[in-house]
Amino acid sequence: MAETTGTTGGAAAPEKPREEWTGQVGFIIAAIGSAVGLGNIWRFPGVAYENGGGAFLIPYLVALLTAGIPILFLDYAIGHRFRGSAPTAFRRLRTWLETLGWFQVMICFVIAVYYAAVIAWSLSFFVFSFDLGWGDDPAAFFTGDYLQVSEPGISLDFVPGVLIPLAIVWVLTIVVLAGGVAKGVQRANMVFLPLLVIAFLVLVVRSLFLQGATDGLNALFTPNWEALGDANVWIAAYSQIFFSLSIAFGIMITYASYRKRRANLTSPGLVVAFANSSFEILAGIGVFSTLGFLAHQEGVQIGELENISGPTLTFITFPAIISEMPGGVFFGALFFGSLAMAGFTSLLSITQVISAGFQEKFGWSPRQAALRVGLVTAIVSVLLFSTADGLNALDTADQWVNNIGVVASAVLTCVLVLWVLRRGRELQYHLNAVSTFRVGAWWQVFLAVLAPIVLGYMLISRIVTLITDGYGEYPSGYTDLVGWGTVVVLVVGAIVLTVLRWRRSPDTFTPWPPYPPGATTARTESPEVAR
Amino acid sequence: MSASAVFLMLLAMVVVWGGLILSVLAVRAHPERTDFPPGGEDDLREDDAPLEHDT
Repeated sequence: MAETTGTTGGAAAPEKPREEWTGQVGFIIAAIGSAVGLGNIWRFPGVAYENGGGAFLIPYLVALLTAGIPILFLDYAIGHRFRGSAPTAFRRLRTWLETLGWFQVMICFVIAVYYAAVIAWSLSFFVFSFDLGWGDDPAAFFTGDYLQVSEPGISLDFVPGVLIPLAIVWVLTIVVLAGGVAKGVQRANMVFLPLLVIAFLVLVVRSLFLQGATDGLNALFTPNWEALGDANVWIAAYSQIFFSLSIAFGIMITYASYRKRRANLTSPGLVVAFANSSFEILAGIGVFSTLGFLAHQEGVQIGELENISGPTLTFITFPAIISEMPGGVFFGALFFGSLAMAGFTSLLSITQVISAGFQEKFGWSPRQAALRVGLVTAIVSVLLFSTADGLNALDTADQWVNNIGVVASAVLTCVLVLWVLRRGRELQYHLNAVSTFRVGAWWQVFLAVLAPIVLGYMLISRIVTLITDGYGEYPSGYTDLVGWGTVVVLVVGAIVLTVLRWRRSPDTFTPWPPYPPGATTARTESPEVAR
Repeated sequence: MSASAVFLMLLAMVVVWGGLILSVLAVRAHPERTDFPPGGEDDLREDDAPLEHDT
């Protein structure tokens, strides 16, 4: 059918109300659903164990308070004050900053194509858990029978066992996105997040009653205080917080932009940040209680166990444990069901960033954006990750897009917004004007000084390591193509999308409240008012 | 479990889960500001929102 509104004919178009969450609770639930993802379950427990055990709590909390929450608030402030997806909001800060917004959208595109694959694996294993379909050798089953992993390289050998659940994940994602912010994303989170919490709580309680559970908890929480003197432990803590909170790649900017203008930001932000960490502590207890059971069964120490983090923990170690466990079918269904739900709510937020960016630039409706963006992303996802090379491509792309793409995005945001454009005071004023929890000068200090130093060190050291040592056992030609190639895709995609013409200019926009306070108007681009 | 492990497990629970409970209570007690700056009510008409296509 014809457009109901439009800009054709030279007449000013009637303005469509911006989509909104139905209220504060809807926003908080959706933001928690985004932050709580696969990394909370499979990454945090292993990272904590390997970096000082109980002592890791100290750098972890310091990182949460000095980097995680400040950058989360920065995302909220940018998205809420400039009321748009990442490209729109950054453009309203300064025209040329739009490219950084599209860089974040491209990060989300790359993450979405492989993140969906992991959710598809979780769905498959959810089904396998009913008859323990991985058999006696879960490692051989995962990489051989299930993924049919080939040597690293380009492959068009599709694996039906992955292709079908992956297609299901993408159909569900497109359906939810097409429903819009309130009726799609928020409604899905209102269903899946409570289900996830309940399922995971039952799983953790069950794990606490397994034989050897206390040995596992002892291993996780026994402090190694000497680790606190190791800079790498602190970097690990900042990395964990940073990657876990869904910050610095457009998600929280986009989500905050759907809050009404007169809306509390920082207090709900604290709920989101602490809820994310609470789930990580819960996951640590559940995972290490379960690993304690495995060590008990095998008559070894926890420290002798292998594959205690990441995909191998999830799809190799856990199936092995489930097979040995009384009531393993029930435990397996809860575990893989939880993984799928945690991943799905995060995938929704990642794809919403892409959808919102295209809606605003090209004047698409949520439904059009869901279909067009969702289909393109789904096709790339299926082509790359339902083949025999899927695991290798996922591992490599994940390494580069997170450790280089997302970290570079955070460093650039802090440096450009606070140092170059000097908009820190304006954003601090904005947060304090609408929020019940006030942020002080400390917020700007953490963003302008600490975050760029810590994250910049993480970025440079990782680039040097990847250049000099390569990554894993992959041949350099493969990492050049899939790893560095991903970075090229991020940068080129960001530039191309910036150059394309806006359907309706986002520049005629007035931020509220005016800054400096008392000014009658506040222009989008005025270095004078920013200072 | 060793005493130090029990202590740190409880500390983690108190600090992180306690932080969650306190932040939830704070939002419930003061969900929104009561003294917003003037303006900001005409939100929906002022935004340059995406076009809607009836497809």
